[in-house]
Amino acid sequence: MAEILVDVRHLTHEFRFPNRQRLRALDDVSFQIERGEILGLVGESGSGKSTAARCIMNVYKPTAGEIFFQGINTCDSAAFRANKKLLQTQRQFIFQDSTSSLNQRMTVADIIAEPMVIHKIRPPRHTHRAEAAFQLHYVGMDESFLDKRPAELSGGQRQRVAIARALSMEPALLVADEPIASLDVSIQAQIINLFKHLQQEHGFSILFIAHDLAMVEYLCDRVGVLYRGKLVELAPTKALYGDPRHPYTQALLSAIPHPDPRTERQREYPDFEAMDFPRDGTFTEVAPGHFVLM
Amino acid sequence: MSQLLEVNDLRVHIDSPSGVVQAVRGVSFSLAPGEVLGIVGESGCGKSMLCRAIMRLLPRSARIAAGSVTADGKDITGLSEREMGRLRGSLFSMVFQDPMTALNPTVTVGRQIAEAVLVHNPRLPRAKVRARVLELMGLVGIREPEVRADQYPCQFSGGMRQRAVMAIALANNPKILLADEPTTALDVTIQAQILDLLRRIQQQLGTATVLVSHDLGVVARAADRVAIMYAGKIVEIGTAEEIYHDPRHPYTWGLLAALPALARGKDHLQAIPGMPPALIDPPPGDAFAWRNEYALDIDYQQEPPMFQISDTHFAATWLLDPRAPKITRGGGANG
Repeated sequence: MAEILVDVRHLTHEFRFPNRQRLRALDDVSFQIERGEILGLVGESGSGKSTAARCIMNVYKPTAGEIFFQGINTCDSAAFRANKKLLQTQRQFIFQDSTSSLNQRMTVADIIAEPMVIHKIRPPRHTHRAEAAFQLHYVGMDESFLDKRPAELSGGQRQRVAIARALSMEPALLVADEPIASLDVSIQAQIINLFKHLQQEHGFSILFIAHDLAMVEYLCDRVGVLYRGKLVELAPTKALYGDPRHPYTQALLSAIPHPDPRTERQREYPDFEAMDFPRDGTFTEVAPGHFVLM
Repeated sequence: MSQLLEVNDLRVHIDSPSGVVQAVRGVSFSLAPGEVLGIVGESGCGKSMLCRAIMRLLPRSARIAAGSVTADGKDITGLSEREMGRLRGSLFSMVFQDPMTALNPTVTVGRQIAEAVLVHNPRLPRAKVRARVLELMGLVGIREPEVRADQYPCQFSGGMRQRAVMAIALANNPKILLADEPTTALDVTIQAQILDLLRRIQQQLGTATVLVSHDLGVVARAADRVAIMYAGKIVEIGTAEEIYHDPRHPYTWGLLAALPALARGKDHLQAIPGMPPALIDPPPGDAFAWRNEYALDIDYQQEPPMFQISDTHFAATWLLDPRAPKITRGGGANG
């Protein structure tokens, strides 16, 4: 049994609005991320997948439930303070929109070196600039980019810089919130291959959040499906795509577009807005490692 | 069959501080009434600029440098802004990528659709405007239009917003609809619905549609014909069947291979290496040569002409020249 890196227990998060309305974005969600695995989290917009990522990264404080990272309860402020440096270096976040997550006024070299400066970490390759160049090489770019600013880069290059910045901390956990959603299909493939390659090289864990099921199948070891704040199915990728058990997962999988005009025209798509899928029950193990809410 | 829209050798130049960007470099295509043409390419290949040039909604720094656009038998390239204003909405209209920025968040959806109806019929009585708004909302599949018309865009889901934008675009029965990445901002589950809606409208009203997307998977469902754009040019054009089942340009091969749906069970996604060239100073020869593993020597020197493969299928690659070595699509995915 592999070591558990992140343990999410009964995570619930509610947003409160000024008019006293409440929105339960996450409802009693539990899952674990093992060391060195890529866990995918999929769902439509509004299903709570970004909320889950933000709770894990301490951006939101959960309404109820606990999250353990390497045994540290990150939701407990005393425990967080005591392990602040570890938590802030070992977990790294990659955002969807690289235009707004990179400072437009900084150069690429400064962006990649910034975490080292903030955490007062001595660069292993002597200067911050050399370290930035090293990380940049790692993600497939060369030194000529060091003095450029984000506006001079393409979307795929900006996302590579964001990855380089995250990797400069040699994290144990990378949380990537829709990192490829704003990229072209051909560039998406480049970034996905990069994630896969880096993961094999470094051995860190990735929580990969996406709405593109086809990409998730290709990249992830295990996949969880979120539906209106509930985790409805969690299984190894092969099992989830080969033998989906929850009606929502089945509907979601049937909606993957197939790039073939002959078959694609014939296909009937389910009408998701009119459908109501079951989201009650207990999380039951139907096959080894395959959990379904039923 | 006479063509509804004809674009002939259209060139769009954008002035930038570092030089003139040739965003569209001689694009020609035609659109028959009631046809859906998909235009596919990576960002920066000029597909949005092409749409905006046809609508003449170019940013101030951009201009049409050469070429002509003929719509409904009229050359519209030289029309004044005022005359264009009359055509926009009635002859052709546009659906934008992001429905949130295309709608005004402070005005109810019904009023925004009414605004579009009134532009070309300013004296329509209020009751008739309202009836037309509800009719349009029904047409694009918004349920309970009486209630929804008085709601604000923030009360609409992403898919519903895109439907509202389409209602606005269809308000004056345009003959041509230009849809610029209409499903990119939407969930997979909603995408198919919007595409089916596009197709249904095209069948019901006979609207010819230009569907711009970066995703071949999306275009497969809706388009009759597909044009592949690269670096400001159309490199391959043909019927959907021809493009998906018998692609001839190496760039089309790359785009198809990059689709994860076709890479099932493989451990490496086929990515197209490198990036599209900067169009400030386009390289000589074939702009794709630098990323093309099948590139021939001539590709670096001379631009390939459009080779004809069938009545409807054309591709610009030297591989189709009778003197070229026979290369077939390597590692083909579906065939």
